[in-house]
Amino acid sequence: MYTDKVMDHFINPRNTGDLPEPDAVGEIGNPACGDMLRLFLRIEQDIVTQARFKTFGCAAAIATSSILTEMVIGKTLEEALEISKEDVAAALDGLPPEKMDCSNLAADALHQAINNDRSNSD
Amino acid sequence: MERIYLDNNATTIVDPAVRDAMDPFYCHMYGNPNSLHSYGIEVRPYLHQAMEQLYAGIGARDEDDIVINSCATEGNNTVILGIYFNLLKDTRRKHIVTTQLEHPCIRESCRFLEQHGVKVTYLAPNRDGMITAQMVKEAITDHTALVSVMWANNETGLILPIKEISEVCKERGVYLHTDAVQAIGKLKVDLKDVQVDYLTFSAHKFHGPKGIGGLYIRNGVSLPPLLHGGEQMGGRRAGTVDVAGMVAIGKAMELANAHLAYQNTEVRRLRDKLEDALLKIDDILVVGKRELRTPNTVYVSIRGVEGEALIWDLNQNGIAASTGSACASESLEASPILTAIGADKELAHTGVRLSLSRFTTEQEIDFSIYVINKAVSRLRKLSTSY
Repeated sequence: MYTDKVMDHFINPRNTGDLPEPDAVGEIGNPACGDMLRLFLRIEQDIVTQARFKTFGCAAAIATSSILTEMVIGKTLEEALEISKEDVAAALDGLPPEKMDCSNLAADALHQAINNDRSNSD
Repeated sequence: MERIYLDNNATTIVDPAVRDAMDPFYCHMYGNPNSLHSYGIEVRPYLHQAMEQLYAGIGARDEDDIVINSCATEGNNTVILGIYFNLLKDTRRKHIVTTQLEHPCIRESCRFLEQHGVKVTYLAPNRDGMITAQMVKEAITDHTALVSVMWANNETGLILPIKEISEVCKERGVYLHTDAVQAIGKLKVDLKDVQVDYLTFSAHKFHGPKGIGGLYIRNGVSLPPLLHGGEQMGGRRAGTVDVAGMVAIGKAMELANAHLAYQNTEVRRLRDKLEDALLKIDDILVVGKRELRTPNTVYVSIRGVEGEALIWDLNQNGIAASTGSACASESLEASPILTAIGADKELAHTGVRLSLSRFTTEQEIDFSIYVINKAVSRLRKLSTSY
């Protein structure tokens, strides 16, 4: 039911754990299926230089969090804001339909983190 | 990679002796028992023997009926829909009492009848994950036609008080059906001791093949067939008899009962060993008192570790288990058991079931303990909530 890429990111997740003194944090929970994820970003001159995550959730929730960190590192904030749920799913060669909404929260956490960061610096 | 199967409440390996018993009926003895020639005639004694094994296996009396069918889903549908045509449709008895713990084939059959004016009470388990006779008693009204309560729960292994429930039903003149798929082969099912009107079982839960099951109907209790047609099964279930399947379910039943003592000593010992090892993990919860459960089942909830993620991690290491996690179900609903025992929202997504069989070895349990510990510590390191 999961693609090889999902399983790879689930079994060997990238960029896991806390990031000390992050510049931005996004935290998203989905009460329906219980998933919860926290995304930490280091931002230097409008560019995401580090990203880490922690996730309580199913294999899809962990894999989407992991691949998102890879996708976002090196991007400007403008570029990062353009990453969508669909982009995350596509980067994993697809997700089962029932997981598209419930466990694909990483892009939301990213947008939240960047928006938090912007409102803090205003 | 060596694989370890700890999902025996979902289905079981076919015992090699059962496979051997079936084999001739796929080769040279392929006759239809209804035929008048030697091909048909020669298989009949084997069907007779299978029936004897089934009657002995559940303690049915000669005058009771056992109808062979395709699975417990068919048996359960036959009971629920049969009761509708017999009673609910045309009498003032328009009420069924069942539980939230039942298999979807009971739940969905009942929901279907609700669309036809039937009232259904779905009892919620108490904080111990149990349904008590008192709860059933309080739910029965003058309009109740049927009580349907499983004998043992597939998720937790909890054994429900069917004997006490049967006494309540007898007292109130209400039919009792029990789905015994998780009970056969794990505990003594003796209908001479416990009076039920209908009982369903399925071979693949006790080391028989998939696609063959049985429905017990107590003597004098009527039930119209779901499948109409030929005179097979005394007119109670039409369709050419699956000879090999019937031989198999008979043999599997005999073996299941022959191994009951082993289940309650050796399988129980291995389950307890696994459970004791899991209980050493911090913040872990086992549902249901050990002595109230079938000897092969343990259902755990591990804080910070989502059930589906743990199942995939174990699968990656060759261990097959299952989860009641909402994330693994299409409806995304949390398991009624975890909700019932008062688990908080997060814990309701962490249930994992490990179920052993008489084929499970000590070595497999030792390796599983090692793998589960590793998986739990890996997933907890990733988790926001631990």
